[in-house]
Amino acid sequence: MKTIGISPHRRSFLRKAVTAAPAVALVAAAGVGVAASSNTQPAYRPAYFNAAEWATLQALVDRLIPANSDGPGALEAGVHEFIDLQMNTPYAYGKLWFMQAPFVPESPPEFGYQFHMAPRDLYRSALAGLEHAVQAKLGKAFTALDAAQKDAVIGELEQGTLAIGAVPPKTFFGQLLQNTREGYFSDPVHGGNKDMAAWKMINFPGARADYMDWVEQYGKHYPLPPASIA
Amino acid sequence: MADITLKKVEVVIVGFGWTGAIMAKELTEAGMEVLALERGAFQDTYPDGAYPKTLDELTYIQRSKLFQDLSKGSFTFRHDIGGTAVPYRQIGAFKPGTGVGGAGLHWSGQHWRVLPEELKLRTHYNERYGKKFIPEGMTTQDFGVTFEELEPHFDFVEKVFGTSGVAYRVDGKVVGEGNFFEPNRSDHYALPPQKVPYTAHLFHKAAAEVGLHPFVAPSSNASQPYVNPYGCQMGPCNFCGFCSGFACYNYSKASPQVNIMPALRKAANFELRPHCNVLRINLDSSKKKATGVTYVNKDGKTVEQPADLVIASTFAYNNAHLFLVSGIGKPYDPVKNEGVVGRNIAYQTMSTVQMFFDPNKNTNPFIGSGGNGVAVDDYNGDHFDHGPLGFVGGSPAWCNPAGVKPIAGIPVPDGTPAWGAGWKRAVKDNYTNTVSFDVHGANMVYRDCYVDLDPTYTDQFGQKLLRFTFDWHDNDIKMSRYVTDKMLAVAKAMNPKSIHVSVKNFGDHLDLRNYQTTHWAGGTAMGTDPKISVLNRYLQSWDVYNVFAVGSSVFPIGIGYNPTGLAAALTYWSAKAIREQYLKDPRPLVAV
Repeated sequence: MKTIGISPHRRSFLRKAVTAAPAVALVAAAGVGVAASSNTQPAYRPAYFNAAEWATLQALVDRLIPANSDGPGALEAGVHEFIDLQMNTPYAYGKLWFMQAPFVPESPPEFGYQFHMAPRDLYRSALAGLEHAVQAKLGKAFTALDAAQKDAVIGELEQGTLAIGAVPPKTFFGQLLQNTREGYFSDPVHGGNKDMAAWKMINFPGARADYMDWVEQYGKHYPLPPASIA
Repeated sequence: MADITLKKVEVVIVGFGWTGAIMAKELTEAGMEVLALERGAFQDTYPDGAYPKTLDELTYIQRSKLFQDLSKGSFTFRHDIGGTAVPYRQIGAFKPGTGVGGAGLHWSGQHWRVLPEELKLRTHYNERYGKKFIPEGMTTQDFGVTFEELEPHFDFVEKVFGTSGVAYRVDGKVVGEGNFFEPNRSDHYALPPQKVPYTAHLFHKAAAEVGLHPFVAPSSNASQPYVNPYGCQMGPCNFCGFCSGFACYNYSKASPQVNIMPALRKAANFELRPHCNVLRINLDSSKKKATGVTYVNKDGKTVEQPADLVIASTFAYNNAHLFLVSGIGKPYDPVKNEGVVGRNIAYQTMSTVQMFFDPNKNTNPFIGSGGNGVAVDDYNGDHFDHGPLGFVGGSPAWCNPAGVKPIAGIPVPDGTPAWGAGWKRAVKDNYTNTVSFDVHGANMVYRDCYVDLDPTYTDQFGQKLLRFTFDWHDNDIKMSRYVTDKMLAVAKAMNPKSIHVSVKNFGDHLDLRNYQTTHWAGGTAMGTDPKISVLNRYLQSWDVYNVFAVGSSVFPIGIGYNPTGLAAALTYWSAKAIREQYLKDPRPLVAV
């Protein structure tokens, strides 16, 4: 029979979470931001994407969630690093999906994903295809475009009007946008959402996971900073 | 032909979710030797829901940790009888489970009974509106069991699940501020209602202002420490917000693991065998009696397991698949309108209303519990006059703060772009300043909505996938649009800055991309007429008397509420018939 109560795991986690909050406040007060301290770490080296893909991917996610005073941009949040790390999980190999042929990609959109590529192959094909399409159309690399031009290209992917080779442009756009949001808002344990800055922007407390005393505090700002499972 | 043939057991249970666990408990209590076979892994609150690892939206929701592994087998879908079906390749509109506990481990805990008129829908409409009201092609029919017969089982299920809620009428006396429309109860809920989070409080106030009858919804999330009739303990829910899609780390959400397994572990006459994927129920040469089941074990060996009694308790539609591949009952043919297995498949017709407020509303939507909230039943079932409306069915509606997490979708106002600075500003401004409610409608059954075996796609064992032929019909869209329109008065009474309504338009097709609900029903309908039902009123196969099926597959129609409470009560109803009538003299319990 199980014993109900706070498990040792939860007790030690809470102790960690409680002591973490003042530590962050102290560092910030001393003028050494968490973001600044992370600059001293060696630059992330992608494990899956090659140099050209990596540059294009960064330029894309930077426009999907741009940096501004509202909160972190995708690059600050490490969305590109998250996507690279995901490429070595079963998900990226298509192991979570039903991938038996025949594929009927021209099925109506209501039937969901009907394309034969798993995320690894999809990114490889689409990033090269995008570079090729942009060179042909504008005579420049995607990374060399200005912000408005990049946004116009992304808008064409979203609308499905820019052919990028084997991958249907809307399929690539959907995959990229989903993974970008995941990298922005998932627990930092997965490599994105650095310093939980995206959670702080919206006031999501992450893994605090106990609001017994807040359920009936109607309309009050929740005061505690987020906690990660990391 | 099997690699291994095992010794006979008295009862074999196929699938160990809620209904399999209930049957195991009931039949071991009756002294039977019971073996449960579960296709997935063994899983439990610890370590599969261990704190803090379980509080991980990406792993559990977007990467489907507790959902069915589609790479091993899925379903196919088409919208009409002439179409070619394609597979459900990624988890989208519905989230079936796998492994011990089934979907009962990751469900949210919304806990309902059923409306008495839904148990006899065709009779009820014929009597109140005349025999011409139900349109041609709508194949609604009665369950063959009454609310009064099921009431003791509803009551016991709520005690086993530790359901929190407030009654309206007990033993004929009005006792509390529960659901004004609810029929008489024999007892109160197991626990008092949960606390009401802010968004549901706003909904409660607005619904009362416009003249509806709001009440705190029943939930199988414990409002207090609790010990159920089996001696299993629950801890009070702390509104962590990681409920639907997760295993409750706090032992607060009812699950087979928390509410039944601790008692079953003590039963010497019970065995649970995970990683055993049942391929078929075996029949003798007469095809009127089952001899047991054949399954594939963890090592890929084919095992023949003889048994006296077989209980099919797989998830919803999967019972129809098991009957089809085993040759139990006549497969449904929609063209000839003959046969029964796979007939009357129903989903639910959902719509959602979101209200956006100015900054500093602080609705704090991360605070949540899967089943809690405030509901109205004014437009459910036949609680309103359908005569002039020209549709069958209705919708309960509720504000169910279950914990909004950021990846799965922060509501944003109409006109918000999907990306860029505009999207970012919108999620920042709206995450803690939104209220949302759902209109959770019934979906009727139709001659052209059914399941059969797909001719093309197969699972990991080479068995044909189940094929859904399903699309929306005007009746249900009309119903959903009517109720959603009525419920807009509640939204407006909250005085939001803007309102976003997602409701189906006439001509919309079933869309499998975004989550709607996992509540499929039908395929092995219960009933009183073997021409239109697979099971008799005790959930016994008309064709093979030592096979019973339990779960929402036995519903002959779609209902407005979430199905778990009804599926569980019907399982106890069937178990009672097995214990009191079948075991002393195994035979068909209803003469054809």
